[in-house]
Amino acid sequence: MSRKILIVDDEPNIVMSLEYAFKKKDFEVFIARDGTEALEIAGKELPNIVLLDIMMPKMDGYETLKQIRNNKDLNGTKVVFLSAKSKLADVEKGLKLGADSYVTKPFSVKKVIADIEEMIA
Amino acid sequence: MSNYALILIIVLYLAFLFFLAYWAERKHRGKLVNNPYIYVLSLAVYCTAWTYYGSVGIASQSGVNFLAIYLGPVIAMPLWIVLMRKIIRISKQHKISSIADFISMRYGNNRPLGALVTVTCLLAIIPYISLQLKAVSETFALVSNNTSYVSASIFEDSTFYIALLIAIFVAFFGTQSTDASLGKRGIMATVALESILKLVFFLAIGIFVVYFMFDGTTDVYQKASLTENFKELSSFGGLENGFNWMFTILLSFFAIFLLPRQFHVAVVENQNINHLKKAIWLFPLYLLVFNVFVIFIAWAGNIKLPNTLNHDYYSLLLPIQEGNTFLTLLVFIGGFSAVISMIVVSTLALSTMVSNNVIIPYGFIKKLVEGNPEENAKNIKNIRRIAIFILIIVAYFFYVLFSNQLSLFSIGLISFVIIAQLAPSFFLGLFWRRGTAKAAKVGMIVGLLVVIYTLFLPIIADVVTPESQIADKGLFGYWWLRPSQLFGLDYLTPESNAFLWSMSFNTMAFVGFSLMAKGNYRERNYAEMFVNNENYENLQEGAFIWKGEAYVADIRRLLNRFLGETRTKRALTLFNRKYNISEQEEKADARLINFSEKLLTGSIGSASAKILLASVSKEKPISLVEVLNILEENKETKATNKLLVEKSEELSQMTSKLQLANYELLFQDKQKDEFLDTVAHELKTPITSIKAASEILEDDAMPSELRQQFLKNISKDTDRLAKLIHDILDLEKLSSDRTELKIRSGKINRTIKKAINGIERIAEQQKVHVIFEESEYLEGMYDEDRILQVLTNLLSNSLKFTKKEKGIIKVLLEEKEEEIAIAVEDNGRGIPEEDHNYIFEKFYQSKNQNTKKPQGSGFGLAICKQIVESHNGSIWADKTVKHGARLVFTIPKTI
Repeated sequence: MSRKILIVDDEPNIVMSLEYAFKKKDFEVFIARDGTEALEIAGKELPNIVLLDIMMPKMDGYETLKQIRNNKDLNGTKVVFLSAKSKLADVEKGLKLGADSYVTKPFSVKKVIADIEEMIA
Repeated sequence: MSNYALILIIVLYLAFLFFLAYWAERKHRGKLVNNPYIYVLSLAVYCTAWTYYGSVGIASQSGVNFLAIYLGPVIAMPLWIVLMRKIIRISKQHKISSIADFISMRYGNNRPLGALVTVTCLLAIIPYISLQLKAVSETFALVSNNTSYVSASIFEDSTFYIALLIAIFVAFFGTQSTDASLGKRGIMATVALESILKLVFFLAIGIFVVYFMFDGTTDVYQKASLTENFKELSSFGGLENGFNWMFTILLSFFAIFLLPRQFHVAVVENQNINHLKKAIWLFPLYLLVFNVFVIFIAWAGNIKLPNTLNHDYYSLLLPIQEGNTFLTLLVFIGGFSAVISMIVVSTLALSTMVSNNVIIPYGFIKKLVEGNPEENAKNIKNIRRIAIFILIIVAYFFYVLFSNQLSLFSIGLISFVIIAQLAPSFFLGLFWRRGTAKAAKVGMIVGLLVVIYTLFLPIIADVVTPESQIADKGLFGYWWLRPSQLFGLDYLTPESNAFLWSMSFNTMAFVGFSLMAKGNYRERNYAEMFVNNENYENLQEGAFIWKGEAYVADIRRLLNRFLGETRTKRALTLFNRKYNISEQEEKADARLINFSEKLLTGSIGSASAKILLASVSKEKPISLVEVLNILEENKETKATNKLLVEKSEELSQMTSKLQLANYELLFQDKQKDEFLDTVAHELKTPITSIKAASEILEDDAMPSELRQQFLKNISKDTDRLAKLIHDILDLEKLSSDRTELKIRSGKINRTIKKAINGIERIAEQQKVHVIFEESEYLEGMYDEDRILQVLTNLLSNSLKFTKKEKGIIKVLLEEKEEEIAIAVEDNGRGIPEEDHNYIFEKFYQSKNQNTKKPQGSGFGLAICKQIVESHNGSIWADKTVKHGARLVFTIPKTI
């Protein structure tokens, strides 16, 4: 079965690297540049994984996560925060809101992939 | 003029005074009532009918002698700035309401002394008041063509009714408050007005006489020089007369301080100690102006009027003779004003003295202790009112019975001589600590006896036993005991003679007795408080030494009786707060005793206050040495306390400053934190991108095209990092004011062109049109490099947001009053409305925690804002622009 991943970030260069890396691992990759776009795609594609940045224009990552959790269709979707906000409090907040994992920027692409593969195995 | 018309005018005038007093009393906070001119004018109560009529009389008979009585005050006035200041300060501090209170307080709240001073004042002033009544009656008769001076029956005598009306006036306005030390503004306003009227009307008659009846002063002089005794009238006399002058000057010098009415207007009614500054030059000026025409009116009277008429009334007789009824009336009203103001203030002062120093302490105190507050206030007021009526009625009868033979001038002088008996204890008491109550009493009594012997005996003897020869041959036939030429000095006037000897004996007795026996501790205590007033001003209640036992509850009960519960409660709460005393404190200390004494003094006089407090406390005698030691100690503690208070104030000020600084620091700290957060985030983004890209690049299988793209991304992100670091440093530098701007006058057109040149190449590449309307030749004050940075930043932003080939960027200039506004406008995608307010905000991201700043602005606009603001300009985005963006900033114009 194909593994669907939605990458949500407004930094095109970061997205580009992640997209390349996940495609390489046979993920079907979707890209959104902000929260609203992300919800739209997620609702349609029902990805297994959402990589979610927190600081974005229009709708931030926290709000996006809440909306994803409210969508019953997305019950099985794992959400991983990818954020430059690296304080312990930020991490705790993210997990409390229901994220499955929290990765701080800058991150190792390899490690992110390994973690995610483990998560959905 | 008809009798009735004149009475009508008098009644109307009095009604007007009532109205004025009523108005001023209600308006008592107004500037009009409480100002230095009112104070100065009320001092002019010194000028009575004696001045108004008597001066002319004396000038017509003995020349310039009349002036001596005004030279005393003129000489005294400069001293007021020191002397009167001290007296006023002491009086306000102790709530003193009369000269009797002042003197008795100085000598340890001595009850008999207060009574003695009161009696002395009564002796001096009642005849004086009757003289004023006499003046009214006589001038009334002159103006109304009524031949007899005193009517057969009292009830037909208009003077009697006038006296009654005056008594009603004083009783009404003088007893509004039980606290006699409070100002009576209504009365003072009428006194001030009367002072203006009497001066203006007297000047009017002076001008009329000199310029209308004669051809100026020279004409009067020439014509007067033909009269028989002119030489005598226009010279100062010999050495003997010089002594008379000296004594009269001295006499009036004392009088300006000691006359009850003068003490009242100068001290009790003083609202502001700074009014003295005006008084010291304005009051002498008033006296001078008042006396300008006296001598000419006197000469004119001597020329024009038969010698048989009363010289005192020349100023009234002259216009009557000329048939000028209007002027006659004015002069009459002026004289009447002088009379009323004198009687009003004198009876006011005397009635307070009589009630507070005689009636209450000697008879009524027991009744008052038993009464309730309302009753007591009523009783106190009634005592004063009755005193006022009695005083005026006694004065009236004195006038009816005795004063027909005496002139205004002589009674005035006798009054001054009697009042002068207060001088040694008053003046020496201010500067000499040793003076004692006993000495003051003895001195005063001795002085009074001498006055009675030298001044009254000849008159009485003349009336009672006309055949006795005491006046001519001396007592028991000793020639050196002749009353008017005591000890053989035969060149002095009777008044000067009386003054010289009474003063000498009085002073000698005062000094002698003071030296012989020291006063008790209480006298010494008050002596210290009066003499070194400056030292104790801050000490206040602490300057009073008292030892013994008293309960706050008893004192409270006592105060309740006189002040009522609310006032007592308020006063005690204030007292406790001032000295930091617990409300639960049961025992009273010296400060409370003194404080309560002061509270009561205004209402019932210092002597009664002392007696009352003694009745609720058990005082233990203290030795003099102890008093002085404690005083010294208190002074020192006070000084240390003051220092401590100052220090603690300083400390608390510093604490609050520190607190503020701390908040500021905390705020800055928070801002710094937020800033660092933002910076970290901004830095992490390109780093993440670089890290990710470099990891991906490890994949050898990557197509070279994609590899190139990733490498390019890394390069871009590195540039972005470098720019970020540069911007951050720049912003930090700007916001911490570490950069010094090189502000010079510069041509803004040139700077804008420079900025446009900088981006021209990129603009050409993107085919964006840059338009600069070089409207006017303007010069601004700015740092060119920095403003160039702002312009470049704004232009690059515009370039970034405009579409290729269609983009138009405009730079516009507008001259304002003090600044130049520069706008950079484009037709790009514009600024979303919600972003308008924070595009310049460097902490924007942290405030809206998780939403990002509009792309691309980075720190650029924040830097622009810093630069513009450090030029005292402002920068904003024009919200009215619908398509595209317009950013405007201002810089100061070259002046």
